[in-house]
Amino acid sequence: MTSAQRSHNGFYVLIVVLLLVGIALLVHRHWVFQVPLTPGDSHTLWSVEARIEFSANGDPVRVLMARPNTQKSYVLMNETGASPGYGLNFYDEGSHRHAEWTVRTAQGRQQLYYRAEFLHSPSQGAVTVPAPELKSVQWAEPAASAIADLLNRAQATSADNYSLTRELLKLFDSNAPLQHVQMLQLQFDQQFPTLLVDMLHKARIPASVVHALHLQDGRRRQALIPVLRVWQGDESRLFALPGTEFYALPGDLQMADMLLWEEQGTPVLEVVGGNASTIRFAMIRRQEGAYGSVAESLSNQYDFLNFSIHGLPLEEQAIFQTILLLPIGALIVCILRILVGIRTSGTFMPVLIALAFVQTSLVTGVIGFLLVVSMGLIIRGYLSRLNLLLVARITAVIISVIAIISVFSVLAYKVGLSEGLKITFFPMIILSWTIERMSILWEEEGGREVMIQGGGSLLTAILAYWAMSDPLIRHLTFNFIGVQFIVMALVLLLGSYTGYRLTELRRFRVFRS
Amino acid sequence: MSGFIWPWQLAEKGILGMNRRNVNYIGRYNPRHLFPTVDNKLKTKLLAQQAGIPTPELLATICHQHDVMNFASVLHQQSNGFVLKPANGSAGKGIVVITEQQDDVFLKASGSVVTLHDLQRHVSNTLSGLHSLGGRPDVALLEERIAVNDYLAQFAHEGLPDIRVIVCRGFPVMAMVRLPTRASDGKANLHQGAVGVGLDIATGIALNAVQFGKEITLHPDNGRCLASLRIPQWQSVLAVAARCHDLTGLGYLGVDLVLDDQKGPVLLELNARPGLAIQVANGVGLLHRLQRVDALSRHSLRMPVAERVACSQTWFAAYSSSPSKPELSVLVDAKSA
Repeated sequence: MTSAQRSHNGFYVLIVVLLLVGIALLVHRHWVFQVPLTPGDSHTLWSVEARIEFSANGDPVRVLMARPNTQKSYVLMNETGASPGYGLNFYDEGSHRHAEWTVRTAQGRQQLYYRAEFLHSPSQGAVTVPAPELKSVQWAEPAASAIADLLNRAQATSADNYSLTRELLKLFDSNAPLQHVQMLQLQFDQQFPTLLVDMLHKARIPASVVHALHLQDGRRRQALIPVLRVWQGDESRLFALPGTEFYALPGDLQMADMLLWEEQGTPVLEVVGGNASTIRFAMIRRQEGAYGSVAESLSNQYDFLNFSIHGLPLEEQAIFQTILLLPIGALIVCILRILVGIRTSGTFMPVLIALAFVQTSLVTGVIGFLLVVSMGLIIRGYLSRLNLLLVARITAVIISVIAIISVFSVLAYKVGLSEGLKITFFPMIILSWTIERMSILWEEEGGREVMIQGGGSLLTAILAYWAMSDPLIRHLTFNFIGVQFIVMALVLLLGSYTGYRLTELRRFRVFRS
Repeated sequence: MSGFIWPWQLAEKGILGMNRRNVNYIGRYNPRHLFPTVDNKLKTKLLAQQAGIPTPELLATICHQHDVMNFASVLHQQSNGFVLKPANGSAGKGIVVITEQQDDVFLKASGSVVTLHDLQRHVSNTLSGLHSLGGRPDVALLEERIAVNDYLAQFAHEGLPDIRVIVCRGFPVMAMVRLPTRASDGKANLHQGAVGVGLDIATGIALNAVQFGKEITLHPDNGRCLASLRIPQWQSVLAVAARCHDLTGLGYLGVDLVLDDQKGPVLLELNARPGLAIQVANGVGLLHRLQRVDALSRHSLRMPVAERVACSQTWFAAYSSSPSKPELSVLVDAKSA
C-alpha cells in the first residue's frame, strides 16, 4: 500500500467518523432531549416596544411605567429597557409590575424605551389577578337617578356579574339610546370607562379599567386601548368598551390578538419632573419553529452533551441562528462550483447576498441587488475615466453604493413601499467589491462574461437563499449541532471529487464524434 | 442529445476535468510553496536567466506609483515596441503589447491606439493590484517586444503566436500553438478568441485547430490553412519546456514559449494552473497521457532532459507507429530497471 493510498484511507475514515458523530449527536438529541426532527407547529413571537416621550424641565425625573406580565395565551420571554443616562429598575410587587427610570437632571425632549418579547402559546392559561376593593361612589342628580335606573334595568335582565356587565354595555350601545344614557354620555364623555367601573362597583361587582394592546404585525405608534375587566369570585373576564377598536371585532374578546399591558387598573405611566408625556407602542411578529418548547426545556439543562445554543440569551440565539446557516449556504456554493461548475464573482459572495435575501425576502432582495449593482456599474464606469488609485476608487464605489442605497430607501418610503427600506440589509462592502470586480471584468472580457458571472452569482445566491430559508433546514441547523458535522463530511467528500462538472459536459461536447 | 456529452464518453476519451486537474495534478504535483516562482514573472525570469533559458529582455520594472509619471522617457526609446505586464498577472490579464509609437500616441498589437495617459493609468492599476491574484499590490514589468518568427507570423493576424506545452513530471505531454486573431485583440488567449492549434508532440505538426471551442481549418483573419503549420525548432521547444520542470520543481506545468529568430524558443511565462482548453485544441484528452506519466517509477523520472523528450515523443506521437500500452509498459520497466 502506498503512502498516498494510506492517507486516502485515513481521509475516508475521517469522513465516516464525522458522519457517525453527526448522526449520533442528532439521534441523541432527538431521543434524549426529545427535540423533534421536523419544525412541526411554528410558534409566534411578538416583540413589543414601548416608547415613552416627555419634556423635562431640568428637575430630577422619575418615570414609572406598568410592565406586562405572562397572561392568558402569552408567555413573557424576556424584557429590556433602554434609556441613555437614566437609571432603570424593574420592580415586581406581587402582581403589580413596573419599570422605574430615574435621573438627577434632564432637559428637553426625552425618550425612553422598553421592549418585551411574548411567545404566543394558546395553552397558557389565565393568570389569576386579585379583584380590586369595592369603592362607594356618590353622584349628583340627575346623574344619580339615571344610573340607578340603568342598573335596575340591567339587574333585571341578568343572572350574574358577567351578564349584568353585558346588559349594561348593551344599554350604552343601542341604536336608539335612552334619554338618560345620552345625558350620561354627554356629561362623562372622556371618563366614560371610569363611569362604567363606578357603576359596576355600585352594583357590588368588582371591576376595573385595564389597558390592552391590539397586536397587529408591523404596527407603529399604537396607543393602549382601555378594556373593562369584571371579576366573579376569583376569575375575571374582559369586556370591550363601546367606541373602542376591540368593540367592533367579531367574536369573543378573550380570543382576540390582545395583550394586556396593565391588568389591574393602576396607571400605565406616571412622570414626575416632566410634562407632555406620551407612550406609544410598536410591534413585530416573528414565526419560529418549535422555538418555545425546545428553548425552555434546553436552556435549563447543562451538561456536556447538551452543548446547546439555547443556553444563550435570546439576542445571541438570534445571531447564532444565522451563523449556523452559513455552512448550508457554503455547501450550496461548493455543490454549484464543484459539481455544476457555475462561475461566480467572488467565491462566497453569493452566500452573503443570500443572507441579505433572508432578511429582505427574495423578490425585494433580487430587485434591490440588481438595482444597486447596475447603478454601481454605471457610476464605476465614470470613475474608471478619472484614473484613480485602486483603493481610493473602491472607497468611492463604497460611498456610491451607500448613496444609492440611501436614495432608494428614501424614494421607496416616500412612494409607500416600506419593503424598500430593507435594502439596507445588503453587505455594502461586499457589494462594492462585486461592482469593482464586475466592472474590471467588463473592461477585460466584455459584457458576456459579466453576465455569466453575475448571473451565476445571483443564481447561487437564490439557491442558497432557498436552502437557508427552508423551515426544516433552519430547524435542523439551529437545534442539532450534529448537522454541522454532516455538512463538514459532505464538504470534505466534495473536496475530493475528481469527476466531471456538469458544465464540462457542454464545454467538451466537441469530443462527442 | 445534441449540446452535451455523457460523462462516461468523456472518461472514455480521457478528457481531464477541472476537478481532477485540481485534485490529482495541481494538488498532488505542485507544492504550494513553489507557486510564487511561477506566479511572479520577475522571479521566473531570473530563474530562467540563471539556467540559461532565454527570456524577453527586461527594460525596466516599475514598483512605485510615483514612477508611473517618469517612465515615459524609457518608453520613447523603444522604437521596436514594448510589452507592459504585471509581474503577478494571471491568464494574460493586464498585458499590453505596443508595436509602434509616435509622440504620446501608441499603437497596440491589435491595431487600436492608446495615449501615454492610458498607459500610465494601466500601470497605476497594475501597481494597485488590479491584475494580480487576490488584488495584492504588484510590480509592472517593461519588456522588449519579441520579434515574431517570420514563419509563424504568417499564421497570426496580429500579435505574437505562443506555444503552450503541458509538462507533467518533466515529460512534455501535450502542446498547442495559440494564434492571436482580430477577435482576441492580438492576444494569445483562447477564451478571448485566439485560435488554438494542437500539435503533434513527436513532430510539432498541426493536428487540429479550434476557435471559440469550434473546429476550424483556416485562420479566420488571413485564411491560412492551419493544417500546414509545423513549428520550427520543435526539438528545442520541447527541451526548454522539459527543463522548466527541473527549474521550478513543479510537477504539472504549463510552459508558454515564443519563437525568436535569433534566440530560438524564448520563455514567456510559466503557469502552475494550466487550463484544459489544450485538449479541445488537440482533439485529444490529457488523462491517458498523464496517467502514463503517473505510472512512471521514481527512477525513470531522473532521466536527463533529452531522454525524457524522446520518451514523450514516442509515447504521445499522433500518427507514427504509436505503441500500444503493453509495449509501452515494457519500455518503461526496461528504463527503470
